[in-house]
Formats: sequence, structure tokens, C-alpha cells
Amino acid sequence: MAIITVDHLRKTYGTKVAVEDVSFSVEEGEVFGIVGRNGAGKTTTVECVAGLRTPTAGTVTVDADLKEQVGVQLQECSLPDKIRVGEALALYASFYSRPAGWRGLAEEAGLDLRAPFGKLSGGQRQRLSVALALVGSPRVAILDELTTGLDPQARRDTWDLVSRIRERGVTVLLVTHFMEEVERLCDRVAVISRGRVRAVDTPAGLVARAGGEQRLIFHTDDPVDRLRALPEVASVTVAAGRNAGTGADGSGVEVTVTGSGDVLSAVAAVLPPSRTRGLRMERTTLDDAFLVLTGKEES
Amino acid sequence: MTKTFGKLAAVEARLFLREPMAVFFAIVLPVGLLLGLGTTIPGFRDADPSLGGQRLVDAPFTAMMVLLSIVTLALSVLPGSLVVYRERGVLRRLSTTPVRPSALLAAQLLINVVVAVVATTLTLVLGHLVLGVPLPGSPGTFAVVFVLGSLTMLAIGLLLAAVAPNARVVQGVGSALMFPLLFLAGMWLPRPLMPEILRRISDFTPTGAFGQGLMDALGGHAPQPLHLAVLAGWALAAGLAAARLFRWQ
Repeated sequence: MAIITVDHLRKTYGTKVAVEDVSFSVEEGEVFGIVGRNGAGKTTTVECVAGLRTPTAGTVTVDADLKEQVGVQLQECSLPDKIRVGEALALYASFYSRPAGWRGLAEEAGLDLRAPFGKLSGGQRQRLSVALALVGSPRVAILDELTTGLDPQARRDTWDLVSRIRERGVTVLLVTHFMEEVERLCDRVAVISRGRVRAVDTPAGLVARAGGEQRLIFHTDDPVDRLRALPEVASVTVAAGRNAGTGADGSGVEVTVTGSGDVLSAVAAVLPPSRTRGLRMERTTLDDAFLVLTGKEES
Repeated sequence: MTKTFGKLAAVEARLFLREPMAVFFAIVLPVGLLLGLGTTIPGFRDADPSLGGQRLVDAPFTAMMVLLSIVTLALSVLPGSLVVYRERGVLRRLSTTPVRPSALLAAQLLINVVVAVVATTLTLVLGHLVLGVPLPGSPGTFAVVFVLGSLTMLAIGLLLAAVAPNARVVQGVGSALMFPLLFLAGMWLPRPLMPEILRRISDFTPTGAFGQGLMDALGGHAPQPLHLAVLAGWALAAGLAAARLFRWQ
């Protein structure tokens, strides 16, 4: 049973179309990602879900009380510099009829209750923002770009916090442009580009859609032409230039084999791995999939 | 809901007290000026025939210090915090909770009124104890002028917060308005000493009407109906305009 249903959502600001046509639904308890580049319409979409904006056309249905049961972390939102973490959490907790224990939330987020907002680091601010979104014991949490601008450690700490939200059974709608974040956190993702949904799938499903191609790269002195005949192999490229030719140092030529299915076993059957050096395998990443799905020309 | 509002107001009060500049300009400066100038400048404590035999430090200067505190709160502190709240998305964030952002605005207004009452009480009581400034003969009349004038100034502050695009502009415009308004109230040239034409203009300004109303009430006179009407008019006009123009995000 979907807790959020967005159906042919369209939102324009004057003559500017922010969201052209967006549809997706989010199941209770899942972490649903909305990915897209800057200006793709992600924030507008979730702000329509949060009730902060009114759709120009289409419908947004949320099966929960928007104010009481939907917790929101907004992209551009901060607090007064002088407010302390504990004060902000206690204050926001007092807004709700069934608040969560705010001290526990602060502890989970690794926050010092006495620290003033103005002295918090970027990561601490984001974690406070997430804690504030959870302080009303919501059924749905909407998190908009929560790790943008954070250093890798702060990003990981924030991800840990989000993983724990899922364990509480809270449905999460997560806006991001980090594929790593999607891979770590999301059950399913909607890819949005130029105000339209390009795909809705699991992260693995998106990779498969983008071809799911694998690449083997190795050096060898053996002839590689016979690899082309293998059904699993799509192409074989022998590098020209610096790595070309059989070097006196015995480095061989660099060969790149692309294909799908079990390319590695197929190649190994013809060319024993002992005859190759520096073998490595690359897969299509979610980043590649994202580029394929959204088109490269858009910036 | 009342519990929530109480909590909101308590947090806002604490935040106010953590702003040394706000506390200084709204409370310490007016009280300090009254006591400092009142005790050190001899002319301030001499009966002045051009002021109807009062001492400058009595109704004229005391009224100006009460006014200074309220004008600072209304044109600087209140719009400053509201614009920062809007700029930082606090009002928008609140609109996603069961609490309306207007509750924060109401809490801000309440804090500013309370601070104005505290500053005014300190000014009157310390002025009385240290300088022998007479307390208002009719506290009721004084309270009416104080409440009406404070509402007027706060309504103007809300209008300023409504139209100012950011914190920098609100501070700039606030101070740019403050000096002429204080001058017209008689801060540097008491109204009784103003040229006729300037006093006529001052009669119709919010601070001129408020300042004279305070002086009358402190001196034990009834405020002039013209000044009450001018204050009510400004309060209504600024209040309605602020309500129409206020943006929450």
C-alpha cells in the first residue's frame, strides 16, 4: 500500500516549468530516492509532497497527516545562531502530540545538547536537521540534499543516521545527487531530469537498464583476436600509444574486453589468467547509469 | 497549543537575552542616558521656563528615553529577527509542523512588548529614585499612551519586516528611519522649542505624536486627541499593510 502517490505532477513558476510530469509512488517503510542534477525539479517535487507548494496540475496524495506525521528536513533552512541544540529539539518536540524522546535523538545523532547552532559544523547541522525532522515521531521523513557540502566523514555519519531511521519503520523520501548515497540508502529511486521521471527502479535495476556492461582490462603478450568470437564478448580493444606493443619490460599490450554475462569465465577459458597481468574488472556504476538515463548534454 | 506558545515565547526570550546589542540598545542605553546625562549635565535639572517650568530631565527627557527604547525594539530588534527567521527558512520550516509560523511572530511581538515594559519601568523608577522625576500622575493614562504608541511602532516594524528583502536592508532602512523619527519626536530639540512649522509636522508623525503623548501623560496631562488619532491611524495603516505584504518565505 503506497503511503505517497504522486500522479502527473506539474509545477510552473510563471513561465518557467520546474516539474513537467512526475509520477511515482512510495511504499510504506521504504527509503525512496529522488535523484537528478541541480535544477532537475527534485526539490520542487518533494516540496509539493510536503505541502509547501501547491501543484499547478496533477495530484499528490500522502496517506498521513502532513503536519503531524510528516517530518521535513529542508535544503535551505537553518536556526538562529544562539539557540542550543537541546532547546531546538525540546521546542520542536513540543509542537507534536506524540513526540519522540528528543534526548535519545540527540544522542543518536551525536549532538551536544548545550552547543549553540551557530557553532555547529556542517555535518552537525545536518544531523540536527534530521533529528528535528524525526522529533515528532513521523511516519514519513522527507530529507532534501542532506549531505551536500559535507566532508566524507560527516557524510558517512549522516548516512548512518538515515539507516537507523529505516530501522524504525519510517518511510523516507530522500532527495540527492550522490549516487553513492543512493546505493547505500535507497530501496528504490526515481531518476528525474528536466522535470520528468526517466526511470523508477532499484539501484541494481537502474544499472541493468543502463546496459549492465562489464569490462575486463589486462596486459598480455598472447594474441587476443580469438576472444572476439566468444558470445559473451561485445568488443575487444588493444590499446595504442604508450601501452601498445610488446614492451621490452614484458608489460605486453593493454587489452580491454567488454561484454555481458559471465565474461570473466568465458575469457579465462580461452586465455588462462596466468598469461595475463594486472587483470581488473569494471562494472557499470550507478553513476554511469545515471548519465545514460539523464543524457549527457544536460548540465 | 498554549503550552507550545509558552515554550516558543520562552525560547524567544532566552534568545533575546543572548543578544548583548539588543539588550544594550533597548534597555541599558535609554536608562543609562537618562541617569548619566541627568546627573552630570547641570542644566538638565534646572526648572526651564521654556518647558513650562519643568526640568528638562522630567517629562521631556524621560519621555524621549522611553521612546528611544520602543523605537529601537520596533524598528531594529523586531524586524531584524523576523527577517533573519524568514531568510533562514525558519518560518517556512515551522509551516511544515503543527505550529503556524504566525505563532513565532506573535511570540516575537510579545517579547518586544515585555522588554519595552521592563525598559520603561526601569526608566521611570530609576529616574524617580535618582533624579526625582515625578512618576506619571495617572498611570492609566500613561498606560494607554504607552500601549497605543508601542502598537503603532511595532506595526511599523512589522511593515518594515514585510517589505525588506534581507537582513542587511532591514538594518539599513531601520536606522535610516530611526534618526529622522527620533528627531521629529524631539530627541535633540524638545518639541516645545521647535519652530511652529516643524512642530506641526511632528504632530502627524508616529514618533512626534507618541513622544508628545508620553510627555503629556508623564506631566500629568491628558494626551491630546490629535496625537491619539495620529497614532491609531499609523497603527491601522501600517498594520494592514504589513498583514497584506508579509511573506513567510
